[in-house]
Amino acid sequence: MSETIVRAEKLTKLFILKTGFFKSLTSRQTLAVHAVDGIDIDVRKGEILGLVGESGSGKTTTGRLLLRLIDPTEGKIFFHNKDITKLNENEMRVLRRKMQIVFQDPYSSLNPRMTIGDIVAEPVRILEQRTPKDTEDLVKKALDDVELHPPDEFFFRYPHELSGGQRQRVATARAFVLNPEFVVADEPVSMLDVSIRAEILDLMIALKEKHNTAFLYITHDLALARHLCDRIAVMYLGKIMERGDVDQVVTEPLHPYTMALLEAVPVPDPAVKRSETVLKGEIPSPVNPPAGCRFHTRCPSYIGEICRTKEPQLLDVGNGHMVACHLYPKK
Amino acid sequence: MSLLEVNQLKTYFKIMRGYVKAVDNISFTLEKGEAIGLAGESGCGKTTTALSILRILPSNGEIKEGSIMFSGMNITKISDEKMRRDVRWKGISIVFQGAMNAFNPVYRVGDQLVEAIMLHENVKKSEAEARGKKLLELVGIEPSRFSNYPHEFSGGMKQRALIAMAISSNPSILIADEPGTALDVIVQAQILKLLRELKKNLNLSMILITHDLSIIAETCEKTAIMYAGKVVEYGSVFEIFREPQHPYTIGLLAAFPNIKAAKTRMKAIPGFPPDLLDPPPGCRFHPRCKYAMDICKYKEPALIPDNKGRSVACHLMNK
Repeated sequence: MSETIVRAEKLTKLFILKTGFFKSLTSRQTLAVHAVDGIDIDVRKGEILGLVGESGSGKTTTGRLLLRLIDPTEGKIFFHNKDITKLNENEMRVLRRKMQIVFQDPYSSLNPRMTIGDIVAEPVRILEQRTPKDTEDLVKKALDDVELHPPDEFFFRYPHELSGGQRQRVATARAFVLNPEFVVADEPVSMLDVSIRAEILDLMIALKEKHNTAFLYITHDLALARHLCDRIAVMYLGKIMERGDVDQVVTEPLHPYTMALLEAVPVPDPAVKRSETVLKGEIPSPVNPPAGCRFHTRCPSYIGEICRTKEPQLLDVGNGHMVACHLYPKK
Repeated sequence: MSLLEVNQLKTYFKIMRGYVKAVDNISFTLEKGEAIGLAGESGCGKTTTALSILRILPSNGEIKEGSIMFSGMNITKISDEKMRRDVRWKGISIVFQGAMNAFNPVYRVGDQLVEAIMLHENVKKSEAEARGKKLLELVGIEPSRFSNYPHEFSGGMKQRALIAMAISSNPSILIADEPGTALDVIVQAQILKLLRELKKNLNLSMILITHDLSIIAETCEKTAIMYAGKVVEYGSVFEIFREPQHPYTIGLLAAFPNIKAAKTRMKAIPGFPPDLLDPPPGCRFHPRCKYAMDICKYKEPALIPDNKGRSVACHLMNK
């Protein structure tokens, strides 16, 4: 097994809701959104870990916590076995060059007033002392890596001159310019046209292999995750429900939620008839998550009292396939 | 006679530099109770086709040529008044893309439903309200949510309510523009299931506009694959998904992950769609096509039907 780059233990993030002045007089209770609730996660060198779930399941928050873009309420984050949870901004800055992010929307993540050259050079300027000539070479190499040819021509262009796919390449170049060890990609292709998604994904795989990066890929598309990732973790309401190798999770899903997610993926083949049973309802509010197993309110395999009262632990059911469900005994 | 016949429709947008040929000579037919999927990349003219059918194009858009026959009348020729009174909503209605923003946030959902019903039908307010509640029930929303505001609905519920509004005057054709995008997988599956049920129970005809081929595979009987304002392949979904003929269709299908099939590498289609102000001569796909021949560069391929009722516009078919 390759080396673990980033690891988190009991990671928790609560977003406290603001209450009005009068409400604060009548009630002392504070309400909080349980975005991420005590999860353990690790990302290893040279692998892509897919974090899958519906909107509001806490995927993006987890990504941002691991990069310490936001501070966890509880729990610890380790980078190369060093606890980085309590580092201050100056100490963090040294590590920032090793951890980067590609955002979802390439239309709003690039500053429209900066040239492509400046955008990609920004992390270099902020995090390293280099001569302008040196920086320029580095940027051009990064643009070349993401197949924006020729780099000289793109260097002085502005984001509005580029297509969506090209913009996402620029965002990828910016993330990889400093040769990071850990990259979070937050749904990088969901805003792009189908015909060019594969290109961007191929590019990410190529860069990951070249730099041997640890990759966290956040998505709601299981079909896509299956083609891309080495391991998958399925999240629901701030908890990890199932985790394992991609083939374990996709071909032998154990958790009812994973099964429902797989069942909901449309199949591009009219001969395949899907069952007409679709999970009912929508994800409950994370302000007041259901007691016991968080999925029990929608679960088709609900087995009774225990699901409502006792929270299932994430347990190994063989070969590193972890699942949090009362249906499965520990092996 | 088919319910809807689109014949050689050309819709252009006039801009300072000339005409943008958004829809350029497309034809298809739709029968009662049938669903057709219009698929293609952004900017291929899918939505413009829908807007042309309803005649709600932006002011610089214009139907240049062609006819749209809806139950025997050419709706490109009838007066605005007749269009508004008899065709829109009662004959053909649309569920727009982006359910999140389609409702007016300062009116109750129920009032917006009632408004739609009273505009098109000669009924009393109380009747309209009763019908609105029934419609909500039909699409799977508790009638008690009738007087909620749009912000109290989740994304999936807003999409459902919009569908309820679209079918409020019993149209024979429902156009759904990207009904799945911006929704989660599970909610998307719920909405598609609802559309399939409505189609079956109300004998609705549907035009489904999407870039997601798998949604078409699950919902429609036939499909028209569009590229740069043209239909490149047209026929039954079974034929086209099993044996795609046009290089563009093959490319689109290969760019798609299939969760049920063996794990394969997804392949992108190189390049990007052309500028429709000045599309390439010959076959519009030739600059991106890996099978392009000399003839593709100057001669436009016609959409030729084969004996199984499928049509393909590609010079390779003559070989």
